[in-house]
Amino acid sequence: MARPRLPFEFLVALRFLREGRMQTALILLGVTGGVAVIVFLSQLIAQLQSTIIDRVLGSQAHVVVRPLEEVNLRARTDAASTAVIEPRAQRLRSIDQWEAIVKLAEDQPGVVAVSPVVSGPAFALRGRASKSVALLGIEPDRYRRIVKMDTYMVRGKFQVEGTNAIIGTELAKDLGVTVGDKVFLRAAGGRDELLQVTGLFDIGNKDLNRRWVFTTMKLAQSLLDLPGGVSNIDITVTDIFEASQVAARLQAGSGMTVDSWMTTNSQLLAALRNQSVSNNLIRSFVIIIVALGISSVLVVSVVQKQKEIGILRAMGTSSNRIMGVFLLQGALVGFVGALSGVGLAWALLQIFSTIYRTGDGAPIFEPQLDTGIALSAAGIALAVGVLAALIPARRAAKMDPVQAIRA
Amino acid sequence: MTSGMTSNMTPGVNKATGKPAIISMRNLRKSYGIGTPVETEVLHGIDVELAEGEFCALIGPSGSGKSTLLNLIGLLEPPTAGELSVAGQSTTGLNEQALTVLRGRHIGFVFQFHHLLPAFTALENVMMPAIIAHGVATAQDEAVAHDLLARVGLASHEYKKAGQLSGGQQQRVAIARALSLSPRLILADEPTGNLDTHTADDIFALLREFNRERGSACLIVTHDPRLAARCDRRIELVDGRLAASTSVAEPA
Repeated sequence: MARPRLPFEFLVALRFLREGRMQTALILLGVTGGVAVIVFLSQLIAQLQSTIIDRVLGSQAHVVVRPLEEVNLRARTDAASTAVIEPRAQRLRSIDQWEAIVKLAEDQPGVVAVSPVVSGPAFALRGRASKSVALLGIEPDRYRRIVKMDTYMVRGKFQVEGTNAIIGTELAKDLGVTVGDKVFLRAAGGRDELLQVTGLFDIGNKDLNRRWVFTTMKLAQSLLDLPGGVSNIDITVTDIFEASQVAARLQAGSGMTVDSWMTTNSQLLAALRNQSVSNNLIRSFVIIIVALGISSVLVVSVVQKQKEIGILRAMGTSSNRIMGVFLLQGALVGFVGALSGVGLAWALLQIFSTIYRTGDGAPIFEPQLDTGIALSAAGIALAVGVLAALIPARRAAKMDPVQAIRA
Repeated sequence: MTSGMTSNMTPGVNKATGKPAIISMRNLRKSYGIGTPVETEVLHGIDVELAEGEFCALIGPSGSGKSTLLNLIGLLEPPTAGELSVAGQSTTGLNEQALTVLRGRHIGFVFQFHHLLPAFTALENVMMPAIIAHGVATAQDEAVAHDLLARVGLASHEYKKAGQLSGGQQQRVAIARALSLSPRLILADEPTGNLDTHTADDIFALLREFNRERGSACLIVTHDPRLAARCDRRIELVDGRLAASTSVAEPA
């Protein structure tokens, strides 16, 4: 006994597709390719973007609060007089009422961590070597949550206390020091201090490795002559793309200069956005092409199956069910194409992740497939299949059975 | 066997049998190209009744409107004017859905060129009206299809596709398919038109057998006077008008 077990619409849709061998194979191939391109591209771009963002934001705060710039106040002048106004030199200053601003920032929604920082220029001296450095006075427990220093430590620990100094690998090389050695630090105002190097970091950026010197906040305050003050407040937020909103809110609330990574790295942001736009553009075109492909194959199929449609109508099939048969064909093509497309994208990711590697041999991207991306691509393929089948299906439904049988 | 009486048809009254009518038409008209300069009336007011279980030939020269009449009766196209009832139900004002249901329930078609679905096996083709009516094939549907195929002598061809069968075999499958839901009316449009005489006789005999056995009324469009003469009644169309309705006494 071998009666067909499928409901009418499924049975006829599947048989029609199977009967159309070459057409069905080609359009399935088209949908597979389209879905694979969309999934692969989305996955690749999402991963590359997050890698780039990680690298850029790995060593900087998402939002930074700075004191307002000092400006020259102009005395009232007579209409006849002219004045040349030179911008004022900006001295190192503390943020007014910084404790209150730290509190304010901590209370903002979307803020993960807040870390006051005392930073200013200094010279690191050893023997005859003298290097200009950026002195960063921090509270280690707070600062860890802004930049994950512990993960960057090459030697020693990120333990900032007493007269400890944590310096970068490049600076250590330049000065010829390592963990346990002493370094003499002199600030611009002439104050100096002998520090003990207790840790070396490699932050993945040679310039920062050469310039950053971490000490306690207290030490930095006294070296930079900012007693009790901080020069900036670093902030980490939950959603990095919300950083500018957080910055705007904070600026309004504090009256200080507040910058987000999005303004300081506007070119990077523009590049990321352009990448997303071009990705969306490619996706849209692929979807349109796939839809046209499905549609044209089904239009041809409706014409080829004219007689069958007429017979089915004569045997008591309503025009709605005929429409259903063709919509189902579109959905089936979309669904099967989506499955094989996701499979192909997965295979491509495996292959390309082994081919493309960074200089040190690590893969540029992980060969893993994001379920969200795969599911949405499959959903889109299914929807596109049904929508693309709409015109042919309506044509089939409207067909006059008498004409169809005669054809 | 050919002896019988000839009488003119009185509108709406079937004098041939006393049985209830499966089909009844009054002043049925059909025009094509309505509202265009080429508007033509193909049927000019037809009054015919077909009784339950009647075996009737529809004859007439080419272009006389036989196929159009068959399509109207089969509810494949709507009449332009007039009244058509199928199984006692008036079709006037019914929507496509209702017509489809009525057609599926009461009418089986046999076309000149078999018109099997090539993607399906002989058995599946015979089951198709049941699948359409029931949504999915039941064991009962399969058993019925199985028996019907055996009945038309194709028990061993159940799993062949239409393309693997000869013309006569395909027409047998088509007849089995038309009977699958035991319709009260079978409409056959030149069912033997493209078959050799011998095969044509077989197919005709099959239709006759089923008519006697199951009481399905048959309306057969044919050009073959030999076959027409073997029907209970002959309805003749000429130029879209009823020319004659001839009853033939049933052979004893």
